[in-house]
Amino acid sequence: MTAVASIPLAHDPAPSVPQSRAALLSYGLTAPALIGVFVLILLPAASVLGLALTDWQFGAKRLSFIGVANFRKLWADPVFWKAAANTALYAAIVIPGTIMLGLAVSLLIHARSSFKSVYQAIHFIPVMATMAAMAIVWESMLHPTIGLVNHLLSMAGLGGRNWLRDPAMVLPTLAVIGIWQQFGFAMVLFMSGLQSIPKELYEAARADGAASAFDRFFIVTLPMLGPVALFIAVVTAIRSLQVFDTVQVLTQGGPNGASEVLLHRLYVEAFGFLRTGYGAAFTVVFTAAVAILTVLQTRTLDRRVHYA
Amino acid sequence: MRTPGARSGIARHLLLAPTAIFAAAPFLWMVTLSLRSGPEMFTEPLRLIPTNLAGLENYGTALREVPMLRFLANGVIVCGGILALQLLTSAPCAYALAKHQFRGRGALFTTVIIALMIPPQILTIPLFVGLYSAGLLDSYAALILPSAVSPFAIFLLTQAFRTIPDDLVHAARLDGLSELSIVWRIMVPAAAPAVLAFSILSIVAHWNDLLWPLIAIQDRNLATPPLGVLLFRNQEAGDEYGPLMASAVLIVAPLIVAFLAAQKRFIKGLTYAT
Repeated sequence: MTAVASIPLAHDPAPSVPQSRAALLSYGLTAPALIGVFVLILLPAASVLGLALTDWQFGAKRLSFIGVANFRKLWADPVFWKAAANTALYAAIVIPGTIMLGLAVSLLIHARSSFKSVYQAIHFIPVMATMAAMAIVWESMLHPTIGLVNHLLSMAGLGGRNWLRDPAMVLPTLAVIGIWQQFGFAMVLFMSGLQSIPKELYEAARADGAASAFDRFFIVTLPMLGPVALFIAVVTAIRSLQVFDTVQVLTQGGPNGASEVLLHRLYVEAFGFLRTGYGAAFTVVFTAAVAILTVLQTRTLDRRVHYA
Repeated sequence: MRTPGARSGIARHLLLAPTAIFAAAPFLWMVTLSLRSGPEMFTEPLRLIPTNLAGLENYGTALREVPMLRFLANGVIVCGGILALQLLTSAPCAYALAKHQFRGRGALFTTVIIALMIPPQILTIPLFVGLYSAGLLDSYAALILPSAVSPFAIFLLTQAFRTIPDDLVHAARLDGLSELSIVWRIMVPAAAPAVLAFSILSIVAHWNDLLWPLIAIQDRNLATPPLGVLLFRNQEAGDEYGPLMASAVLIVAPLIVAFLAAQKRFIKGLTYAT
């Protein structure tokens, strides 16, 4: 840590405050935040690692150290793998869906100025809408007999389904709700990406023989949006990994585990069954996955800043 | 140029209509159902405009009996408490990181970055156990304290404070301002856009959060809006759509109204983290 502390700092020291008193002041100013970071974030995070090595159940008087047994149990737990596979499938639908819909909408909105901010507002509203409340609304829209979706389908001569009770349909249905919530976010990021493409690039492409707007889209726009798209993919992946509200409100993992996802399973193990040690091991694995994606996020963020 | 331009302009609207409807449909559906009486809901599901005004009754039920007013007040207390604590802890720290030279500054900043990378879900079990041991579960403290410090706020404000000229700080010291007064009367106002962006992000995140209230709260009277509407849904057998949808409208409306009033600031705030 001393090596880090001795890195030359780019800013001037604050003059006109005596040295020792200044240091005390600095520590005083940082102390509340520092204590908070330790007590509320770093120590709890470290204690999860410790708990994961015990058989503790919340409320039990005693606990014993059982090594990596919880991790072995997790590895052998078919429900964990089912939840992992479902989460991956959910992400595999939500990520491309969010990117493609977000990109299409941003290109259309960007193309002209009429109703630009109206369109942007309409598409962005789901991003901030309380998902627990909107999930209840989706439930009523997807209701098999009085829901809007099946009514529209029957008007079009198509048969409806019981979207949230059909094991084959439940995960894709949740994924569509996930796309609904996130594509406006992708749209906004693509819009800022589009605005930062220099006009000269289009003129240069035109001079180089890219005659149609279609050609210039593939030669200039798409490659320039690459880093933004990558960044959105990582952010969407993190959010997909953390999908919880819709599952908790709409299906609780059902029917028969068809929509069980990692964070919901973790919630059930740790707070439903109160298997604290096991839940902690689950948390460690879950967190590792999120952390890897978060590191990727900061990497792609750097690229976005530099190239887009 | 004009004719194909006009044609492609219309094509743009035709192509954007379906995605706009997809985005807006749940909101329209929610508002319509919230304005209808029970029987009408089942006989004419696609009627957009209700025949009688059951709406006022639905909203009355939601506010008085659900009790949505209580949940909304809880939401305001929790979001306000969290944001106040986050700013109180992070602004002085960010000021020291940005404008002071002291031993361990680099290490402190690295610690903040590490804390920033830790996903919040990892903290649920130990925070639950800790709050239980302290006898604080089922209280406002259980909802507010775990979010009292935001590494992201420290990081964001440090970056923002660095762009404020040192001369401003020096001048304030010559005027005899204490360091804390400099934080609150010089730095925070000068970095208002960043403070506002973070505030929006924090309020939206905590207003909408379901996982933590679900873990920390058993007492219905302490439920935040998302938890409250879920409890109401679970308690009713599902035939009380009117008041349920009215409750959903009341939860979602504050953020949407604020968003429509300050679209640019909201978009900036919600994409700041990225």
